[in-house]
Amino acid sequence: MVLQSSLKNCLQLSCILRTPKAGFRSTTSGSLIIQSISNDVYQNLAVEDWIHDHMNLENRQVLFLWRNSPAVVIGRHQNPWQECNLRLLRQKNIKLARRRSGGGTVYHDLGNINLTFFTCRKKYERMENLKLVVKALKALRPRLDVHVTDRYDILLDRHYKISGTAAKLGRTNAYHHCTLLCNADKVVLSSALKSPYKGLKSNATPSVPASVKNLFEEDPSLTCEVLLDAIAEEYATQHQIDHHVTLINPADETVLPGINNKTKELQTWEWVYGKTPKFSVSTCFNMVYKDSVLDVKVDMDVKHGRIEVCNIDLPEQWLPPALSSELVKSLTGSKFCPNETTTLATTLLRVCPQDEELQNRWNVLCENVVTLM
Amino acid sequence: VCIHRVRSCSGIRFIKSKYVCVFDKSALKFSHQQRLFRTSAVSCGQIVQFKLSDIGEGITEVTVKEWYIKEGDSVSQFDSICEVQSDKASVTITSRYDGIIRKLHYNLDEIAYVGKPLVDIEIDASKGVSPEEDVVETPPMSHEEHTHQEIKGHKTLATPAVRRLAMENNIKLSEVVGTGKDNRILKEDILNYLAKQTGAILPPSPKAEIIPPLPKSETVPAAPKDRARKIPVPVSRPIVFSGKDKTEPVTGFHKAMVKTMSAALKIPHFGYCDEIDLTQLVQLREELKPVAQVRGVKLSFMPFFIKAASLGLLQYPILNASLDESCQNVTYKASHNIGVAMDTEQGLIVPNVKNVQVCSVFEIASELNRLQSLGSAGQLGTNDLTGGTFTLSNIGTIGGTYAKPVILPPEVAIGALGKIQVLPRFNGKGEVFKAQIMNVSWSADHRIIDGATMARFSNLWKSYLENPASMLLDLK
Repeated sequence: MVLQSSLKNCLQLSCILRTPKAGFRSTTSGSLIIQSISNDVYQNLAVEDWIHDHMNLENRQVLFLWRNSPAVVIGRHQNPWQECNLRLLRQKNIKLARRRSGGGTVYHDLGNINLTFFTCRKKYERMENLKLVVKALKALRPRLDVHVTDRYDILLDRHYKISGTAAKLGRTNAYHHCTLLCNADKVVLSSALKSPYKGLKSNATPSVPASVKNLFEEDPSLTCEVLLDAIAEEYATQHQIDHHVTLINPADETVLPGINNKTKELQTWEWVYGKTPKFSVSTCFNMVYKDSVLDVKVDMDVKHGRIEVCNIDLPEQWLPPALSSELVKSLTGSKFCPNETTTLATTLLRVCPQDEELQNRWNVLCENVVTLM
Repeated sequence: VCIHRVRSCSGIRFIKSKYVCVFDKSALKFSHQQRLFRTSAVSCGQIVQFKLSDIGEGITEVTVKEWYIKEGDSVSQFDSICEVQSDKASVTITSRYDGIIRKLHYNLDEIAYVGKPLVDIEIDASKGVSPEEDVVETPPMSHEEHTHQEIKGHKTLATPAVRRLAMENNIKLSEVVGTGKDNRILKEDILNYLAKQTGAILPPSPKAEIIPPLPKSETVPAAPKDRARKIPVPVSRPIVFSGKDKTEPVTGFHKAMVKTMSAALKIPHFGYCDEIDLTQLVQLREELKPVAQVRGVKLSFMPFFIKAASLGLLQYPILNASLDESCQNVTYKASHNIGVAMDTEQGLIVPNVKNVQVCSVFEIASELNRLQSLGSAGQLGTNDLTGGTFTLSNIGTIGGTYAKPVILPPEVAIGALGKIQVLPRFNGKGEVFKAQIMNVSWSADHRIIDGATMARFSNLWKSYLENPASMLLDLK
């Protein structure tokens, strides 16, 4: 248990990363290029946190290369209900993650590469990083029309966004990460990032939608591997180090002590959903029941992902008032989550009057309320 | 100077609070007084306006997105104060001082300006504005001996004594990983960190741990005899448990369970237990597993248990009934919707297989697969979770033999299945053989079900499972 002390100097990471061949060059500037062997978005985000919290970057910088299996990643202060189609994500098993940096929502899959530039706070400089990427792309394909906008996007053919940026600044360290679309599934991307939820009012950071294009569409020889290699090459040149990419396992506690706790935290409901800034839902929907269509009005205030205030307006006497107030009371304080609401409602049904008609109505109402989540 | 002021504020009690962190026992004793100190003390320190420092890239304004502290909270140098956002960059602002937050200059979502005050911090007058000087301990945040601080939203636990040790050695607590409970930073962690840096193991110094550096103008104030001693090295180390009780409201699904279980308690339960020899069933399942696999279904024991239960319910329909609230009427349910208790992240969920009476064992297995994958993904629907008439709980997959299950209203019976164990038993010839034994524990509503009925149902269910071939005769 005595290993924690060297975290400041990242002794362990350097020990493992020092190779005989690269030894003499890498010690002069000390910058590193590392690549994750994992495609798990939570593990990779945890690596970012770990480097940000534990590495001493006064005299060195780090480039971290990573790719994820299908996932939607929202910014630190965003509202997932506003940003993506949570229902679709659940159906298609697409993960949802909240990163610690600001900015908007992105869709990741294996056709998208992520680059994180770690520096000390003083050397935080996003434009330089993006220019490095553009330089690498142009070195590969000189005729490629790519440039950096003043919103820190990279556009292809002046029109299509191929990269988005976000950053995190701490007391001593900072990082800037960006995506790069090589060969992502654009169909899933646009449907995942389209929110079906109506009536949301929130101060969360909104995303700015943009037309996207894959580099692969422009030139089929531009695969993820080719691009990663080109960017690593450019980084190595600019930082005067060997073009040597060190593979890193985000589950390895010996190299990254404490990483598994970070990964776990990123997966908790409290982080992913609970960190959503306060918002309200105010909407009407048509509820179909047997042969009639009823108007239902729902108003909810959601704070820390939990229903703080809840109001459901039903047609008069459609449900006995005792029952509808029981539902509202139980929803108050509970998570704004379809699974929580379904299990809550079905469990409550056990202590409600055993009238089949009433129970059917209760179920239909709950199913409809759940679609808001 | 500060102490004089404090004394004039509210009397001798406050002097003792200065020593609170030093003597653990006294901390508990004076916890009450500490609270008084905080709420009634007039501001005795210097108020410093902590300005929002330069973010870089020429940024002049940011939006405040989250406060990690509130007015009245105690902060240490390098603790996180708030999160601000500017143009896709999220910045964690940390405190430059130790002290108490006296004012927040912005509300959430307001624009904050670089170079303008962000928060007002009251720092200890005796040490001035410079953060590099040795620090007199800051008043505890709550009525405990430990100060809880947040670094990047994580609580870093460390006693004031440990903090002082870190400060004296110019160590930033955020760089030390705690090895205590809840990642608490212990003295050992600081010493180890130092040892690595200096190449030597420092002897534990009682002096560093115990004496707070007093301003020179002060004399040790008159206090009970304990306080006057310089180095009270304890003979045996007192075991300090610094865990904190955590209270949270019961909400959502758990609140609903409270209601359901309270209603269940009103049912007079009686129990009936038995032992089932599953030797033949184990063999049968082994043979059928690959057949089901080919059809894309994972076959466990549950489909057999469920089907056998349904066959039993055909003979004893009272177990598949429901008693109304006034206990005036019993409704015999036509469908056997057999619930299967499932352990998920949320807790105990009970989806049910509908109409088991017309399903084959394979169909039940298939349906169970569907319910299990929906359950683990947290996507079970209302239809799957309602309408159950009888429940089986396979607690044996986790462990245990006999249980005392609680009936889920509006049902009238429930069975808990223990784990399958290999045990020696005697066969018909008096020989000992290896038997696969499972225990079952039934609970039933004694208002409408009597022991004999339950026993007979259980015997029938047992006979189907002990001799699976007999199920063939009665299968519908």
